[in-house]
Amino acid sequence: MILDFSSNADYLVALLPETLLTLAALGILLADVFRRGDRPEPSGAWAAYAAIAGTLVAAGANLWLLLEVDAGPGLVAVDGYRLAANFVLLSGTLLALLFAVDYQRRESMQVGEFYALLLLATVGMMVLVAAQDLLLIFLGLELMSIAVYILTGFNRTDPRSAEAGLKYFLVGAFASAFLLYGIALLYGVTGNTNIADVVDRVETGSAEGELMLLAGVLLLLIGFAYKVAAVPFHMWAPDAYEGAPTSVTGYMAVGVKTAAFVALLRVFSVQLAPAADFWTGIVWWLAMLTMIVPNLVALVQNNVKRMLAYSSVAHAGYLLVGVAAGTAFGRAAALFYLAVYTLMTLGAFAILGLVAGKGDRHMNLADFRGLGWRRPALGLGLLIFLLSLAGFPPTGGFVAKLYILRAAIDAGQVTLAVTLVLASLLSYYYYLRVVWKMYFEEGADHAVASTSGSFRLGAALCAAGVLLLGLLPGPVLRGFERAGSDIVGGAAATATIEVPRPDAPANPTAGGPAP
Amino acid sequence: MGTLYGTHWILTLLLAVPLTGAVACLVGPERRARWTALATTLVALALSLPLFWTFSTGTAEFQNAASFPWIERWGISYAVGLDGISLLMLLLTTVLMPLVVAGSFSQIGRRERAFYASLLILMMGMLGVFVSLDLFLFYVFWEVMLIPMYMIIGIWGGKRRIYSAVKFFLFTAAGSLLMLVAIVALVHLHQQQFGEASFAYADLLRLSIPPRLQLWLFGAFGLAFAIKVPLFPLHTWLPDAHVEAPTAGSVILAGILLKMGVYGFLRFAIPLFPSAAMNRGVIAVILLLGLIGIVYAAWVAAVQPDAKKLIAYTSVAHLGFVMLGVFALTPQSLEGAILQMVNHGISTGALFLLIGMIYERRHTRLIADFGGLARVMPFFAMALTVVALSSIGLPGTNGFVGEFLILVGTFQRYPVVAVLATTGVIFAAAYMLPMVQRIILNPLTDDANRELSDLDGRERAVLAPLLGLILLIGVYPQPFLDRISPSVNSLIAYVEARAVPMETDQEPGIPAVAFEPARREGDQRAATPHHSDRLLEEERGEIGR
Repeated sequence: MILDFSSNADYLVALLPETLLTLAALGILLADVFRRGDRPEPSGAWAAYAAIAGTLVAAGANLWLLLEVDAGPGLVAVDGYRLAANFVLLSGTLLALLFAVDYQRRESMQVGEFYALLLLATVGMMVLVAAQDLLLIFLGLELMSIAVYILTGFNRTDPRSAEAGLKYFLVGAFASAFLLYGIALLYGVTGNTNIADVVDRVETGSAEGELMLLAGVLLLLIGFAYKVAAVPFHMWAPDAYEGAPTSVTGYMAVGVKTAAFVALLRVFSVQLAPAADFWTGIVWWLAMLTMIVPNLVALVQNNVKRMLAYSSVAHAGYLLVGVAAGTAFGRAAALFYLAVYTLMTLGAFAILGLVAGKGDRHMNLADFRGLGWRRPALGLGLLIFLLSLAGFPPTGGFVAKLYILRAAIDAGQVTLAVTLVLASLLSYYYYLRVVWKMYFEEGADHAVASTSGSFRLGAALCAAGVLLLGLLPGPVLRGFERAGSDIVGGAAATATIEVPRPDAPANPTAGGPAP
Repeated sequence: MGTLYGTHWILTLLLAVPLTGAVACLVGPERRARWTALATTLVALALSLPLFWTFSTGTAEFQNAASFPWIERWGISYAVGLDGISLLMLLLTTVLMPLVVAGSFSQIGRRERAFYASLLILMMGMLGVFVSLDLFLFYVFWEVMLIPMYMIIGIWGGKRRIYSAVKFFLFTAAGSLLMLVAIVALVHLHQQQFGEASFAYADLLRLSIPPRLQLWLFGAFGLAFAIKVPLFPLHTWLPDAHVEAPTAGSVILAGILLKMGVYGFLRFAIPLFPSAAMNRGVIAVILLLGLIGIVYAAWVAAVQPDAKKLIAYTSVAHLGFVMLGVFALTPQSLEGAILQMVNHGISTGALFLLIGMIYERRHTRLIADFGGLARVMPFFAMALTVVALSSIGLPGTNGFVGEFLILVGTFQRYPVVAVLATTGVIFAAAYMLPMVQRIILNPLTDDANRELSDLDGRERAVLAPLLGLILLIGVYPQPFLDRISPSVNSLIAYVEARAVPMETDQEPGIPAVAFEPARREGDQRAATPHHSDRLLEEERGEIGR
């Protein structure tokens, strides 16, 4: 099927996964109202299962788009890059839902709106990764952000949650303003919000007012930097992550970051590639700071949730290295990293949420003492996720870091590569601190709730995914590498690096010469 | 049997055995874990021992080599193989492991499943490091090994176990992370020069790397390996880790883990960056640090009140010798260095086991708490004496052969260094013999020591193979040297053929030396006269006609 966007119906097809997910969200919202009426008690888990079904259907539609549909240029991209990112986002949503069923029940927040908002946030993220127009980017960003603001403050009875929601909202609105102002300036220079056209004007030099253009690009970058929580625009992140219900923390840590990074890469490494000389330097500094600062701060955190929040900021730094590389390889590396990051972060936050218990009371390092012996399966799971976050083989986190390192070295960013590994060394300390609490010490005796079926399924999927991406990443690597190049305007911006070698030896190693 | 050892499956099987054993330990009942582990290590030993005889001594090629594509997109393969160096390291591992397991029976009384599973995963990591011929695979094994060791020190270690475990982990990881960047840089160079990414060792050897860049990359690899060796002044993790680890951990650390650093130099850092490794400045720095290590560690060891710490410092001194041998880069010194790695594994492993045995009886490691043990523990006294003498390098023991070869080989190139290093042998006697004297000879004054029982059957069985090897290598080292020398000669020839001085610095991307490895160049040279001979014959034929 080929879409040329001559009629509006083509947009419906191109946005089929988003449409289906929106319908699911609205359906849940309506059904919840009718089922619950004005009774205050929580509804059942059915809303979660409906949301899971909706996510699966949307993933199916996404697959159909990938296999069957080709499209010309339009407001939304139908390229491998977007669809690969959609798969990452949808799997993140699916896993977050599996963990949320359990968590919401424990915290007596089992209501339909929660799941509807979660799906709507995902719709916003998917619009963001598809957008080819600056205004559509803004639309997706706001749809995502507003839903996530509410989710952050969802636990009304907990002041920390309310504070986090308000803080996130205020800073987020600020960031949106930056972004919008950047868009306005770009529009002012070029008279257009379609990024391809903006770039065209930049390239042909027909745009007047270079300063305004650069200011626009800069403001756009700052807006994104807020959303991905890059230092020094990260101040909101630890507070918002810590205060949000743990089921939301994991989701926003992976979903918002994935969507914002994918959009950032699309806009900067492809469409604004002609201006790369200008923004690469800024991204370089952002990456440096974002790798070093949060890793240093995380060293001294006693609250595991806050430590993971800082670690999540640090991971944005590693991803920014992929952005600074600015190549198709860098895009593929970032996609792969985001996929692994989704699995390991959700898994870690899920186990944290379980250990913390009702009201998130037990989140200090001391509460993890002896966990590995009392609950071997939970301990092993957390061990796998922490090792992956630290980037240790044989987990996906290692392959992902290697991927980013390769992208950085290929692009000649040696300083960033070295900083990345040194920052990882810092992170070893605080990840290992949890491991040593779990295995080397004993003494915490608060009861950790038993796991439910959906929790076990979600955790097993995360752990299996992390190990699989670490041991046999081949097929996924291939897919993401193709997706990194299959991007609207990508061929013009950057050529792929892979050059097939004609005379590849069949068996290069066996019986080779020994030195 | 014969078919198994002729094929490439044997190494993969050897890697699979400990992994299977670890899983079996974890799922089996707590009380059976030790027996599962012992059986696993014995199976691995039985599988690996025939390799010593099936190994063909006439060639430097990798034997029992296997290579399967793993992550094709990145040119990563599962590639393993054995040469003389890795063969001895592999056998050292499989010989020590059953002894380590059996030696732990009385010491590890809790969480046995996790303990023995950690030991076996560690074993797989060590074997993997010694047989990997792909840098990705190597790095995975190199890192994977850290986690079980971290656990072993941290869970079953002494009072300061957490500090020591974290220090061990961070020190080692710091080096390996920079090595990872260097590996990525190598892959990048391969992509530039051959149009395709590859992590395969054989492929990366063909790279032509500008000498200046070689220095940087050698530095990154070298740092990782020097921390592991450990080379002075990067050794500070070692006394902590060795002392706090349970006996099994100390034996593995000293016996095998330290060897991985030297092995890394021999297998990767030197052949991949020959110009850097042959650089006078680099050699001078490493020889100097090695010398400092030999002398300094000996002095520090001499004043240690804690027997375990004393032995820990002797490792620094011994490995200093090994590094001298490696970087003197003469056939004798290298053969001696590799043999000395085996010797050190045997002697120091035995020393840690012996100290562990009296620690279990007295719960103290202070030398001053003992004295006169020869009277109550005659077998122990005999064993300690033999092992200590081997550690000093008395003729007739294995230590002598290794140190002698190192010193002879080093003397050919760096006589002053060799002379200075020889003082280390004297210092070794100066710290080792007083320890032996104060533990087994002095008057039996402490009442607690009178009650001590001599080593039981299990403990004697653990020590017997090590004592046997000490004497065997001491009087008949030839079979071991036979297996090392082809690899050593090939390494030296390769490095000397490929090294270029720093001054011939060239732009990256322009080959400084030919792409083909030295061996192939030799082949071409061999082919040329043959070719011209034939031409000559044809000419003659024409003339004749």
